[in-house]
Amino acid sequence: MSGSMALAGILATPLVGLVLVSLSGRWPNLREGITLSTAVVLFAQVLGLYGAVADGARPELVLLPMLPEVSLQLTAEPLGMLFGLIASGLWIISSIYSIGYMRGNQEGNQTRFFVCFAGAIFAAQGIAFAGNMLTLFLFYEAMTLITYPLVTHHGTDHAKKSARIYLGVLMGTSIVFLLTGMLATWVLAGTLDFREGGILAGQVGATGTAVLMALYMFGIGKAALMPFHRWLPAAMVAPTPVSALLHAVAVVKAGVFSVVKVVVYVFGTENLMSLGSADWVPMIAGYTIVAASIVALRADNLKRRLAYSTVSQLSYVTLAATLLAPISIVGAAMHIAVHAVGKITLFFAAGSIYTAAHKTEVSQLDGIGRKMPWTMLAFGVGALSMIGLPPAAGFISKWYILSAAMSAEHWTAVAVLVVSTLLNAGYFLPIVWRAFFREPPASDHHGDAHGHDHHDDHGEAPWPMVLAQTVTASLTIILFIYHEPVLKLARAVAGGD
Amino acid sequence: MLSQHLPILLVVVPLLAAPIIVLLRRSFPSWLVATLASIATLAIALPLLARAVSEGVISYAIGNWPPPLGIEYRVDAANAFVAFIVSLIGVFVMPYCRRGVSSEVRAEEHYLFYAMMMLCLSGLLGILLTGDAFNLFVFLEISSLATYVLIAMGRDRRALVASYQYLLMGTIGATLYVIGIGLLYLQTGTLNLADLAVRLPAMGDPRATLAALAFITVGISLKIALFPLHLWLPNAYAYSPSAVSAFLAATATKVSIYVLMRYFFTIFGETVVFDARYTGVILLALSLAAMFIPAVVAIFQTDVKRLLAYSSVSQIGYITLGISLHSVGGLTAAVAHLFNHALTKGGMFLVLGGVVFRLGGSALDRMAGLGRTMPIASFAFVIGGLSLIGIPGTAGFVSKWYLVTAAMAEGQWWLAGAVMLSSLLAVIYVWRFVEVAYFREPPAGHPPAGEAPLSLLLPALAMIVACVWFGLDASWSGNMARAAAEALAGGWK
Repeated sequence: MSGSMALAGILATPLVGLVLVSLSGRWPNLREGITLSTAVVLFAQVLGLYGAVADGARPELVLLPMLPEVSLQLTAEPLGMLFGLIASGLWIISSIYSIGYMRGNQEGNQTRFFVCFAGAIFAAQGIAFAGNMLTLFLFYEAMTLITYPLVTHHGTDHAKKSARIYLGVLMGTSIVFLLTGMLATWVLAGTLDFREGGILAGQVGATGTAVLMALYMFGIGKAALMPFHRWLPAAMVAPTPVSALLHAVAVVKAGVFSVVKVVVYVFGTENLMSLGSADWVPMIAGYTIVAASIVALRADNLKRRLAYSTVSQLSYVTLAATLLAPISIVGAAMHIAVHAVGKITLFFAAGSIYTAAHKTEVSQLDGIGRKMPWTMLAFGVGALSMIGLPPAAGFISKWYILSAAMSAEHWTAVAVLVVSTLLNAGYFLPIVWRAFFREPPASDHHGDAHGHDHHDDHGEAPWPMVLAQTVTASLTIILFIYHEPVLKLARAVAGGD
Repeated sequence: MLSQHLPILLVVVPLLAAPIIVLLRRSFPSWLVATLASIATLAIALPLLARAVSEGVISYAIGNWPPPLGIEYRVDAANAFVAFIVSLIGVFVMPYCRRGVSSEVRAEEHYLFYAMMMLCLSGLLGILLTGDAFNLFVFLEISSLATYVLIAMGRDRRALVASYQYLLMGTIGATLYVIGIGLLYLQTGTLNLADLAVRLPAMGDPRATLAALAFITVGISLKIALFPLHLWLPNAYAYSPSAVSAFLAATATKVSIYVLMRYFFTIFGETVVFDARYTGVILLALSLAAMFIPAVVAIFQTDVKRLLAYSSVSQIGYITLGISLHSVGGLTAAVAHLFNHALTKGGMFLVLGGVVFRLGGSALDRMAGLGRTMPIASFAFVIGGLSLIGIPGTAGFVSKWYLVTAAMAEGQWWLAGAVMLSSLLAVIYVWRFVEVAYFREPPAGHPPAGEAPLSLLLPALAMIVACVWFGLDASWSGNMARAAAEALAGGWK
C-alpha cells in the first residue's frame, strides 16, 4: 500500500467508525465492538506507516483545494508519526477502559460519548499528519468543537459553566492569536508548509519573530501555557475516560505537538537561536511548571491535582522545545510520548477509584490501596513517571531535557526542573503513601442515612478498567527499558539520525 | 443566437413570470411558475458568468439602440458573479416557499407573494446587469417596492410597521441616489455608466462630483444597511415570512453592496473616492463600528430571527471593511464574503423557518431542548453559526482568510486583531443558541415537535451543505471572487 493511500485510510477509519457507532446506538455490545475494532484497525494502519517514515520517507496526500492558494494536505513525518501512534494506540486501551467506566457508572448518552470520542481521534490524526499550518488549524479547531459535547456530558449547570471556560479559552486563543499568527505567517512567508529549517527563516526580523512566537505560543491554547491554562482544570468536569484520553493525551498533546511542530518547522530552531526571539518562552514555561505544581500541591480533589500536574508537565515540552538544542527537541518529543502513558495511567486510576469507591478527594484515600491494590500500584508507577524516577519512563525524557538545559547553561531551566521534581514528589508520593500505609477510616455507621458508607465494601474496579490501567502502567515501565522506536522518531525530528 | 441575449433574458424571465402568475391566481401553479423561472435564471446566469469570466466585458444594447443613446446592459465577472449568487439563492428559496408560505401567508394572497418574489428577483438582477444609472434606479425601485409588499405579508402585525419603516428609509435612499445621478448627468450629459466612467476623470474633481458621490454613497448605504443606517433591517428580517428573510438576507443588501463597489471603483475611480478624501477612513470606521456594536446587540436578543438580523448588520461590516481597504485583495475579500455570507445566512434563515413552522415562533426560549426535538435542524443551524464565526471548514473561514490577509498586505496589521475580536462576539451569540438548544429541557406539556417537513428541511440543508462545501473547497469561489475584484478595479475599458 502506498504511503498516500495509507494516510487516506488513517483519516477515513475513525470517520467510518464514527458513523457506524452512531448507527449502532441501539445495540451497545455491537457499538462497543465497532469502537474497539476501529481503534485496532486505526492503530494497525498508523503502525504500518512507521517503517517507511522512520526510514526517511515522507508520504503526502492532497485532500482538498481549500483555497486557491493553499490546499488541505497530509504529510507523514516523524513527530506526527509519534503523536499519531500515541493517540491511536492509547485509544484502544482507553476504549476498553471507557466501556467499563461508562457501564459501571451507568452514564447516559453513551452513543454520543463514543461518537465524539471517535471524532476526537479523527481530529487528532488530522493534526498529527497535517501537511501545512492551515490543515493543522482546521483539525485543531475541529478537535475543540468535537470535544465540547464530551466536556458537557453531564449537562448540569456546573458542566455548562466549565464548558464555557473550555470553549472560551481554547477558541478565543486559537482565533485571536493562532489564526492571526498563521495569517501573518502566510503574508510574510508566502507559504504555510512545514519545512525543515522553518519557513520564517530569513523573512522576518527579531522583533517580528518574537511577536509571531507569542501569537503561536499563546494561540495554541491546548498547550496550556499560563495564563491560558484555565480550560484544563475546567475540563475535568467530563467523565474520567475523557479526562484520561483527551485531556491527558489527545487534546493536550495536540497542543504541545503543535508547539514543537511550529518551533521546528515554521520558525526553525537555528533561526530562533540566531534571532533570540524565543528566549522569553522558557521563562513563561518555567513559571507555568512551578506555579501549576504549587496549585496541584494544594488541590484536594484528585482530578484537579492531576489536571494541574498536566498543565505543569505540558510546559516541560514547551520548555524543552524552546531551549532549541537538538537534544532538547529529542527530549520534547520523548516527553510527549512518555507523559501520555504515565498520565493516562493516573487518570485511569482516578476513574477506577471513583467507580469502585465513589471517592474524588485525596483526603478520602486513606488505606484504599488495600482494597484496590492493582489500581494504586498503577497509580504509583504513573506517579514515579511524573516525578521522573526510574524505573518509569518519565526519567528518560527528563534526562534529555535536563542535559539540554545543562549543556546550554540555561540555569533557570535547570532550577525549574529540580524544583518541579521536588514538587511532583511532594504531591504524588503522599497519595501513594496514604493509600498503602495509612489505616482506612474507621467506618462510622451512625448517621448512615446519607448512604455513603456502603461504598466502603468495595473491591477493585470492573475488570476492563483494571486491565487498561495495568497495560498503561506496564507500558510506562517498558518505555523506560525499551524506547528505541520512539527515540528514533524523536532524533529524526531534531534533525540528526 | 439565443446566447447573445443572455443578459436581457436573465432579467426578462422573472419579470414576465410575475404577470403570468397574477393571471394564474391559483397557489400551486403560481409556485410552479415561480420555481421554474428561478431555475431558468440560474440556467442563464451560469453560462453568462462563464462567458464574462472568459471573454471579459459583454455589452448588450437593448432594442439594438447603440449606447450611449439606448440603454446598455454591461456584464463582467463582477456583476455576473453576483447575479449568479442571486439566482442560486432563488433556486434554494423557491422550492422552500411552497410549504413555508402556506403556513405564513393567507391562501388568497399566495399568487401575489410569488409575483412579488419574481419582481424582486427581476429587480435585483436588473440592478446588477444594467449599464445605465437611471435604469439602475428603476430596477432599484422595482425590487424595493416588491420587497415592501413581501415584508408586509408576514403573519405578525408588526410586519406592517417594519415594512413601512423600510419603505420610508428605502425611499429616502432611492431619492438620494437619484439626486446623485442627477448631479452626474448635469456635469457629464450622460447616464451610461461606462460613459460616466470615461468622462468623470476628464472633469477633474469639481465640487459637484463630490456632492454626487456623497448622495450616491449615502443613498446606497441605506439600502446596504451600513451601520448606522441599518435601523430598518432587524424588524424587516424579523417579521417578514421566513422565506423572505432568507431571500433578502442573502441577496438584497448584497446587490446594493455591488452597486456601491461599482460606483466607487469603476465609475468615480479610486483616486476620486479614496485618494482625494477621507472616504476610506470613514468607511473603515463605520465598518469597525458595524463589526462590534450590532454584534453586541445580537448577543442580547431574545428572538433568534432578530439575532440573525443584527448578525447580518455586523457581517456587512466585514464586507465594507474589505471595500475600505481599496485594494484588489480587499475587494476579493468583500466579494468572497458576499457569496459566503449569502450561503450562510440564507441557509440559517431557511433552517430557522423550518423550526418556526413547527414551534410557531422564533423566540429563543421556545428553542429549549431543540437539540433533542429537532436534532437535524439544530445541528444545521450550529454549522451555519460556525460559519458566521469563521471556523475553518466553513465558508465563513474563507472570507476571513481573504479579509485578514488583505488587511495585512496593506500593512493594516491591527485590523487583523479587530476582525478576530469581533468573531469572538459571534461565538457568544451563536453559543447562546447552542446552550438553549442543547442544555435546556424541552418545555413540558408540548408534544415533541419533530423535524420540519422535508420540503422545508431539504432546501435548508442544501444551503448549509453548500456552506461547508465552499468552506472546504473554495478554489472555484475564491477564483471567482478574485476575477470579480479584478473586474471591478480594472474598470470597463
